[in-house]
Amino acid sequence: MAAVVKIEEIHKIYDSGEIPVHAVRGVSLDIHRGEFVALMGASGSGKSTLMNLLGCLDRPTRGRYLLDGIDVSRLDRNELADIRNQKIGFVFQGFNLLARTTALENTELPMMYGKQRHSSREMRERALRSLEIVGLSDRADHFPNQLSGGQQQRVAIARALANAPEILLADEPTGNLDSKTSVEVMGVFQKLNAQGITIIMVTHELDIARYCKRNLILRDGRLVSDVLVPDRFDADVEMKKLKEAETAAKLTTA
Amino acid sequence: MRAFNTIKVALRALRRNTMRSILTALGIIIGVAAVIAMVSIGNGAKAQVEAQVASLGENVITVFPGSFSAGGMRSGWGSASTLTVDDADSIKREIANVLGVTAEMRDRAQVLANGLNWNTQIMGESPDYPSIRSWPISDGAMFTDQDVRSVGKVAIIGKTVTDQLFPDGNVIGQTIRIRNIPFKIVGMLAAKGFNLFGQDQDDTVVIPYTSHMKRVSRRPNINSILVQAASADAIDKVQQDITDLLMQRRKGREQDFTVRNQVELAQAATATSQTMTLLLGAIAGVSLIVGGIGIMNIMLVSVTERTREIGIRLAVGAHGRDVLLQFLIEAVILSSLGGMIGILLGVGGSELVSMQTGWPILVSSTSVVVAVAFSAAVGMFFGYYPARKAAQLDPIEALRYE
Repeated sequence: MAAVVKIEEIHKIYDSGEIPVHAVRGVSLDIHRGEFVALMGASGSGKSTLMNLLGCLDRPTRGRYLLDGIDVSRLDRNELADIRNQKIGFVFQGFNLLARTTALENTELPMMYGKQRHSSREMRERALRSLEIVGLSDRADHFPNQLSGGQQQRVAIARALANAPEILLADEPTGNLDSKTSVEVMGVFQKLNAQGITIIMVTHELDIARYCKRNLILRDGRLVSDVLVPDRFDADVEMKKLKEAETAAKLTTA
Repeated sequence: MRAFNTIKVALRALRRNTMRSILTALGIIIGVAAVIAMVSIGNGAKAQVEAQVASLGENVITVFPGSFSAGGMRSGWGSASTLTVDDADSIKREIANVLGVTAEMRDRAQVLANGLNWNTQIMGESPDYPSIRSWPISDGAMFTDQDVRSVGKVAIIGKTVTDQLFPDGNVIGQTIRIRNIPFKIVGMLAAKGFNLFGQDQDDTVVIPYTSHMKRVSRRPNINSILVQAASADAIDKVQQDITDLLMQRRKGREQDFTVRNQVELAQAATATSQTMTLLLGAIAGVSLIVGGIGIMNIMLVSVTERTREIGIRLAVGAHGRDVLLQFLIEAVILSSLGGMIGILLGVGGSELVSMQTGWPILVSSTSVVVAVAFSAAVGMFFGYYPARKAAQLDPIEALRYE
């Protein structure tokens, strides 16, 4: 099977300051359809830069990046925007939902900038389907400030799914969430992955990485570890454990 | 579709900040309203002046006497007594395309009638006078050439004089005494109102010019000659012909008269109000520009405030052009909407001013169209810089913006 993401000897050097910063120093990587990858590393390891490159938000200084067979390393600003729109769904640490905009309208956002035309009704239907996948179709008309953190992140996931992308890129998706909500969001990811969606996730939390299938560790701009997770966490099981623990601690009633 | 979505996005953004949108548009609203009100008032004044000029009569050419010099001192136009009845007669006799001519005499005198008295202007004219001035006789009839030849003691009186001397309104056939000479009233002039210089034109008594010269003023020379040309096209030719004829009659002496036509008069009279309109419009225009700067200011704040939003849009596939368009449309909607409300306010405001002050107003469609087009252009112009700033943001930087 062909790799969805194929990067070859990719480098990124920032020239803006006095000393050029070599943030990514020759990373090669294949990610296949249906994988669930955690990208880990300390701050300054280059994982954010690599994420930006994978997300087509930035272009590599050297090296090649094939996304779904398309060489995206030399595309211009607008071509990259189209690739992001069609092939990539973004989930951010801070949710990045538009304020005072309903969950539904937030979910419609990528369709507004799509190449193919959608009628308003079609956009609405597709957005509702996305919200249904993350279990929020009953919250479609809520504003972000009326939703909990976990719900907001699920709206963000619904938005990422709206254009049926090739890969889902999540940048610290649980970074702003408490442990229980984190498990809930990881559960959504696991469910989507089980349906065949490729997910790449940046995290610095080891236990969150254990929900993924494959863990990559980056250090000083180089890939230092690439292992399959031997004993994956299952979000459903973990959630049950958490609830039992809470009941035991009398936080909630059974 | 994409442009349509962008409009939708822009409208949503404005609705989300209703208060701010209204305040931003207020600058444009006031600017446009001011432009329209000022120009309407200016145009109204101009139209009034034009109507007054028209009330002088249609296609009228006036001959004034020239200056006179005595011992090296030269006085201004109209001071000499160089025009004669013969000049007027020769114009009537020899110049083509002339509908009517009157030799004019003017004097002020005390008028007595009915046990009352009143000081008014006594005009000596020919029977052509009412048609030259487009001033109909409302009651009775104009005196005739026969009255002119016979130095008749007949008079036509204006509305104001009627009101002052004959409060019961019964005038025809009555006698008035001008400088103690009895004149019989044969007709009454229709009310005409004030002239360009604020004089009450109805405060007058018109008698044959011969009677004026021999019985009232006792002067041998006339004050002016009014000539009515057959058409507007003929004015220039008739004016030249009059000049030539009178010069010929003066047999090589220097020109002692001046010939003016109504168009020149109208131009002089409207020049002031035109300058005023321009001035008022310019001042109002400045406020429109200030309103535009207000829009730019708010749009810049808005771009900074919504940096993250722009980042999200760029991340999910918006092109720079989409973002540019979104902010530009926001600015243009703000200014056009402001423009439309401004029109309503401007028209309403000038109506109100007119009602309060009695000034005439004239809302011209040109000023409305120009104001709207200008306000949209202001939005475009002042919205472009912030919009371009938004469009050129780097998505990574924008997403990281706090």
